[in-house]
Parts: sequence; C-alpha cells; structure tokens
Amino acid sequence: MALKSKDIAELLDEPACEHNAKSKSGCAKPKPGASAGGCAFDGAQIALLPIADVAHIVHGPIACAGSSWDNRGTRSSGPDLYRIGMTTDLTEEDVVMGRGEQRLYHAIKQTVADYAPPAVFVYNTCVPALIGDDVDAVCLAAAEHCQVPVVPIDSAGFYGTKNLGNRIAGDAMFKHVIGTAEPSPAPVIDGREDIIVHDVNLVGEYNIAGEFWHVLPLLDELGIRVLCTLSGDARFHEVQTMHRAEVNMMVCSKAMLNIARKMEDKYNIPWFEGSFYGITDTSEALRSFARLLEDDSLSARTEALIQREEARIRSALAPWRARLAGKRVLLYTGGVKSWSVISALQDLGMVVVATGTKKSTEEDKARIRELMGEDTMMIDDGNPKELLRIVDEYHADILIAGGRNMYTALKAKVPFLDINQERDFGYAGYEGMLELVRQLSLTIESPVWQQARTPAPWGSSSTGQALTAPIPFLQSTTDQVMVGGLSLKETSPLPSRQVAGEVG
Amino acid sequence: MTEIQKRKKAMSVSPLKASQTVGASLAFLGLQRSIPLMHGAQGCTAFAIVFFVRHFREPVPLQTTAMDQVSSVMGADDNIVEALRAICEKNSPDIIGLVTTGLAETQGCDLRGGLLNFRKEYPQFANTEVVAVNTPDFSGSFESGYALALKAMIQTLVPDTSPVDENRVGLRKRQVNVLCGAQLTPGDLEFVSESIEQFGLRPLLIPDLSGSMDGHLNDSAYDPLTTGGTSVADVKIAGESIATLVIGASVFPAAKALHKRSGVPEYRFNHLMDLASNDRWLSTLAELSGRAVPPRFDRQRRQLQDALLDTHFMIGDRRVAIAADPDLLIAFNDLIASVGARTVAAVVPASSPAIKSMRLKSVKVGDLEDLEKLAREHKADVLLGNSHATESAIRLGIPQLHVGFPQYDLLGGYQRCWSGYRGVRQALFDIANLLHAPHNEIAPYHSVYSQKRDVEATGSEHTLVESYG
Repeated sequence: MALKSKDIAELLDEPACEHNAKSKSGCAKPKPGASAGGCAFDGAQIALLPIADVAHIVHGPIACAGSSWDNRGTRSSGPDLYRIGMTTDLTEEDVVMGRGEQRLYHAIKQTVADYAPPAVFVYNTCVPALIGDDVDAVCLAAAEHCQVPVVPIDSAGFYGTKNLGNRIAGDAMFKHVIGTAEPSPAPVIDGREDIIVHDVNLVGEYNIAGEFWHVLPLLDELGIRVLCTLSGDARFHEVQTMHRAEVNMMVCSKAMLNIARKMEDKYNIPWFEGSFYGITDTSEALRSFARLLEDDSLSARTEALIQREEARIRSALAPWRARLAGKRVLLYTGGVKSWSVISALQDLGMVVVATGTKKSTEEDKARIRELMGEDTMMIDDGNPKELLRIVDEYHADILIAGGRNMYTALKAKVPFLDINQERDFGYAGYEGMLELVRQLSLTIESPVWQQARTPAPWGSSSTGQALTAPIPFLQSTTDQVMVGGLSLKETSPLPSRQVAGEVG
Repeated sequence: MTEIQKRKKAMSVSPLKASQTVGASLAFLGLQRSIPLMHGAQGCTAFAIVFFVRHFREPVPLQTTAMDQVSSVMGADDNIVEALRAICEKNSPDIIGLVTTGLAETQGCDLRGGLLNFRKEYPQFANTEVVAVNTPDFSGSFESGYALALKAMIQTLVPDTSPVDENRVGLRKRQVNVLCGAQLTPGDLEFVSESIEQFGLRPLLIPDLSGSMDGHLNDSAYDPLTTGGTSVADVKIAGESIATLVIGASVFPAAKALHKRSGVPEYRFNHLMDLASNDRWLSTLAELSGRAVPPRFDRQRRQLQDALLDTHFMIGDRRVAIAADPDLLIAFNDLIASVGARTVAAVVPASSPAIKSMRLKSVKVGDLEDLEKLAREHKADVLLGNSHATESAIRLGIPQLHVGFPQYDLLGGYQRCWSGYRGVRQALFDIANLLHAPHNEIAPYHSVYSQKRDVEATGSEHTLVESYG
C-alpha cells in the first residue's frame, strides 16, 4: 500500500494538537466488537466532498461509495457535481486479475469527458490499497492525458479513524492543491473604496444546511474576503489560492489542524481557533480576525457591527429565552466543540448539566470548566446506555448530540436535537441562534412526549407485539395444534412474541 | 428471454447498487435478539449503520471486527474471535450474523476457521448461534447478499434430516414457513402474516423484519440487539412445518436448501404484487389449511378489479422507468404490465438468474446515470426508484414513485405495503395520480381570428408537478 506506517504515525503526530502530549490519543485503535464511528476514508470524504465543482471518485468496490454518496448535509451556492456519486465499483474480476488501476484510469477519463470538472479527486479505499494499486501513478498519468489536475487521496479505511482521514485530506490539499494558483484581485465595491479588503481562509467550516451564509454577509460588510472555506461551498480554484490568506481561522475542529500549522510554517499565515455557534463566540471570532489582521479601522467597524448585531439578536431572542431559560441540557457532541455550543446554550439561559469530551483537548476542557464551573460532569465514553443514565440522573430536558444518537434518545422518549453534520438546520452566526431556539422549543415543548410515554389503558405487552400476534386463534384452536400429546404452546411457545416481552 | 446488457463503463455514476454486505446484514436484523457483525474495517459498519438509520429511522444494531492496518496485512482472523467474544460478553445475543466485506475477502480471511477458534476458546458462549456467510461487496448486490445470508441461516440453524424424515414434516400441523425475499418491506410482511393467520395457520417468517424494523416504541429505553423478529428457536423448527411459501426469486436457492434438509414441500412466488399472484397465494393457503378463502379477501379482490378498471385510463400504455434490485424490478414490471403500461427503461445494479426469464425485452446492468439516459431516450412518463433516483426524476422532469432501498427522503417509505389486493390497489392509485398531473394537458391555442379579449391575462403556466412525497 502507498501510505506506510511511518506516514500514518506522522499524521497522527500533530505538534499543534494537545492530544499529542497525552498518553490517550484522540486517534486510539478501534476495538473489535466494540467500536462505533467511521474510518479514514469516511473522514477524508467528509472533509473534502463539499468542494462543489470537483469530481469525487471513490476507487473501490461498491460499499464505500454505495452506502455514503448523496449525503445532503453540506450546501453549494453553485455547482452540484459533488452531489453525484462516482465510484469505480470494482468487481471480483478487477480484484483477482489486478485490473483496478486500468479501471480507475478509464474512470478518470470518463469523468473528464462527461463532466469537464476543474479537478478530479480520487479516494483510495481498503481493497485497492491492499492489492497494491498504484493510485498516485494512475492519477499522474491520467492528469497528463486529460490535462486536468487529478489529486490522489490515499484514505484506505483500515489506516485508522475518521479523524485520521480528516488529516489525510488536509495533507493531500496541502501537498497537491494549495499554492497552485493565485487569487484574482479583490473587486472594488462602489462606495467602499476606502476600506482595505483582507483575505482569510476558514478551515473546517462545512456549510451544513447553508449555515455559513448566516455569517458570510457579516464578513462581506467588514471587508473580509474569504479566499476559501475548506471545504463548505468551496471551489477547486479557491483551495488553490489559500496560501495567500493573511489569517486562517480553524472552525470548531482540530481535525484539519495540520493544514493551519503547515500553512503557518510555510507561508507565515497566523491562525486562530474559533466558532460561529452562539452570540458570544460569533462576536469573539469576528474580533479575532480584526486583531490578527492588525487593522484599526477594521477593529472599530467590527465592534460597531457586533454591537448592532448583538442588540438586534438579543431582542429577537428575548421571547424565546423566556421559554428556554432554566431548561437542562445534556450535550454530547462529536465533531463540534463542546465549549462553543455550551456558550450558545448559556446565551439562551439554559443549563448544561453535562457535556461530552471524548474528542476535546485539555485546553477545551479547561474552557469548559471556565464556562460551567469546576464540578461539571464530563462524559468521556458516551455509549447510548451511559448517555441515557446521565439524562435520567441529571434530569435533563433534552439531549443534544450527533445524529447517530438521535434514535437512542427517541427510543427512550427523550427530547433530542441533532447538532452534527447530518442535520437539516443551520445554527451558525447570530441569525442561526433563531433557528436553534425554534428547534429547541419545538422538541422540548412538543405534545408528543406525553403521548409516547402513556401506556395503553388496557395494559399491553411491553413490546406491543400483540398487534399482529395470532393469540386469539391459538386459544380457540388449541385442539388443532396438539402435537405428540403436547400443545403447540408448550413445544413451541411462540418464542418470537413471548421472549420479546421478557426482554423489553 | 430477456437480453441482459452488461456494464460497459469504467465508472459507476450515481450508483444504484448497495453492497452484498449490507443486504446480508439486513437479513440478520429480521431475527430476534440478533446483531450482525461485519468483518472489515470499522468504516464498513459505520456506513451501513447510516444507510439503515436513514431508511428505517430506527437505531440499528451492527458491529465491526475493526480491521486495522496491521490485521489487514497480517491476518485478521483473531479479530473475528475477539469481536465475537466482546459482543457475547456484553450483550449475550441469541444470534450473531457474521458477514464479510471486500476488505476481509481480499485479505483472504478464514471465516470458518475464526469461528472454530472462537468456539474452542470460549465454550461459555455456546448458547449464542453464529451464522457465517461470505458476502464481499465486489460481487452481487444488496439482494444477493440478503439471499446468501438467508441460505446460510437455514444451513446453519435448521437440522438436516435428509433423507427426509416423513414423520417430522408437518409435525406442527398449522405451521407454515415463509422465506421472505429482500424486496419485502415490514408492511409487506405484516400482510403476509395476517393473510396466513386468516386461514387459521401459524406463519413462521424467516426472517421477519416486521417484528424488528417496523418502527415501534418499546418500554425499555435502550436495546443493543434487535427487539423482535423470528427467534432462533423458531427457525430451528422450520423442518416441522406443513409447507414453505417462498417470496422472491432471489431466495429460491435458500428454499431449495431448506427443502433438501427438511423435505417440507415448497410453493414459490416471485411476488404478491398483481392480481394473479395474489389469487395463487390465497388459493395455496386455502389448500394448505383446508379452509375456504375468507369473504373479506373476495371483497378486496373485487376492489382491486374495480381499481384496475378505474386506473387503466391513466396508466395504460404509459412508459415506465424502473431502477431496482432484480426481484423488485420483476414485481413492479408485472404490476404495471397488469394495467397495460410498459417498462421502457429497466436498470438493475447486478444481474440475477431470474431476470433472464422475466417479461421484458431488455434489462441494463448499471447505475442511475444509465437509467436517466434510457428513460430520456425512451420518453418515460414516470420513474420508479429509491431516494437516490429523486434527482434523476427532477432532471428528467417526470414524477417519481419511491420504491426499494434506501428511502431517506420519504417518511414511512420503509413500511409501505405493496403486497396483497389492497397493496396493489393503492400502488395503482398512486401511479395513476402521478400520471394524472396537469403537465400532460394540451396547451391552449389562441386563434389569430379569435374575438376573445382575454390575452392580457398573465397566462402563467401551471408547472406544478404533483410528485409522490
């Protein structure tokens, strides 16, 4: 395989990540029979798929792309090529006869001929990695033939976790794409000639449900040009020009930290970590831009904008705040930083009773303590059972977590809000807070919980399977089911129905 | 004889295919206190969970052997042992469905060897059945993986009594097996059970997704295993039933295996999605039970006959595009043919023996890009396909009926009942309504000599297309 253990170790060793100093790495080895979560390919694909005009080809048999394409979280303001699933869909013959490379070469040609993308990304997966397809070489040859950049992303699932996949993706962008084109000069806007336009990047912003469009108008107003968001609503050309930014913002995630660090090393671009969740953090992120850009006029305009926006949103939130204040939240986030959402919830007067810290760094935890107090409950291992126990013990009114935990909550009849990338609603920026409160109130105040918790007045079996159970017939025709002197009920006590009752 | 057009393109674009591994897992989700275990990297399982969760809107038990870099190269048979141990220790399931991925197969896993080692090392977990099946994703598709799993289930769990022990067959005089193919939804399976019960018989569905994936609330807050479905104990007594009903050509090999082991006579059905097949279904049940067909079915049959008449105006001679796994294609092709419509574009993700003899001139093995091309070329009026096909329908500008796997943009699609007279009737109504949309109307013509003075009206066109979901 192309990616050697040494390379993987290097990717796992991220000097800018606080996990590095700890014995417990954020990229721990998965345990057979007791694992959840995606693989390196999953992580790489999630990180780059939002680049909207690129053709994303998954090189492997069907399972990798077949179960995952057309996941509609991220939004594009223009091209939608990224939404079209492309895979070499390797056959047994390809694997046995070693025809994967050939198929990939022709697949790239087919893509360029049919869709004329500005670039092709090729994601390598487990099977071709194992049989030793030289994906780098195929990409080189195809790029030369087609005269289109073809970027190999060596992301076999067995290399490791989703987190590693994010870094592999970041590394591929740094190696093959960033710095390969120059940005066009910023257009001069009528009436704003005196404003100096600053170029920045946002790394780790995925424009889930279009939420970044709540923030982008503010940056426009301040004269901050986003060269590229990696990777929400991005275009290939934008990624190429990222090296010309004056500041990088790492949004809500350590996942692609390697990009920010490498760009700092190579291009001297300073970076900061921030978040657009919540009023406090959104304002803080805007201030950080102004500070790092060292522009007094920008600072002044930023403060004015913050004052205006905060006042506007606080008055819009007031009636909602009354409804939500004091409600107790169990927050268990995967990718999105716990502390950033905490501040959004505290802005609403809600009480965060516990928070997940599985992916948080020591620094994150310190911030959480700062926000929530020393005794705050931190959940490291959020298996479904444990989460439900905490909901119960801390009398949480709602569980806020990733989509994977949604049905855990619903089956336990606990109100739930999806906070991860699969969600349908955008919560970023000042404006996003309005959507957040609407969704929070919608579920917390819903009349469905009461009904779901009410048992049937006649006292049904615990699984309600009697719905289709042929009980009446069995009772009425016992004589017909006598077998060898025993009734069917004794020899075959309808196991599927009765055991279900005992288990449930 | 249907002409099968093989895949010619190097690349699948907008894939229709879901993997064998995923299909096999679904079969095991139809057993009680069960959990499928995928032998592969953890991403294989994570993707499959997302796939199922989006379709069923249910938590889905599924685990992984979590192959990493070292085990992928050096051998991962120990991961099988370790994963089985971990699951047994934590959840003590009744059954684990051990299915392989392309990664494990390419690496050259020894599934049975791993299982033997597990049995040797951990005799304390002897009560948990393990059914192992090879389902690499580089061959077949969802449907074939499901069928392989069903066959393995039977071969592992049903005692082999061949040469046939006449005394065992029919020992349970009211018990009827049903081998259920991958195309049947929980709603279909409810119909299957209820119709059998109407004859005073006891249905033994293998597997029974209507008990586990039907979307129901339990009293318990959390279950790490399936909370319904066919119990292992029930599968083991399938050899004592009076008959086996088989639905779906893809599971005929599984039926053959059951027949060979048990001698229970079998009755095969491609589907229950037209009048003729339902007539035969009910006649078979009447024969098996010795009871007359209950009057309510007679009534429902008359209702379907009436619906056939009502809808044939809209559906008759219309051109239909279908993208589905083979058995589902056969079913819908028969359904629409029974009202006089024609399938003009048919795409399956992988071939199957059954489509070679279906009532259709040509079937393409391919993806949704192929379907779109064929549908456009042959001017299809309506598209039948899963949620991935929604974009195709929009681009084609024709309405879509959601069928198959996955359906993540249609609530309740997972449980829709297509089978039985009533299921067929509703399908006809829905297709007719889709085709009845105003976009087929003749555009108004304004005569140059007209005395009408209403041309200054906006004349905005009615472009709203009513689409299902």
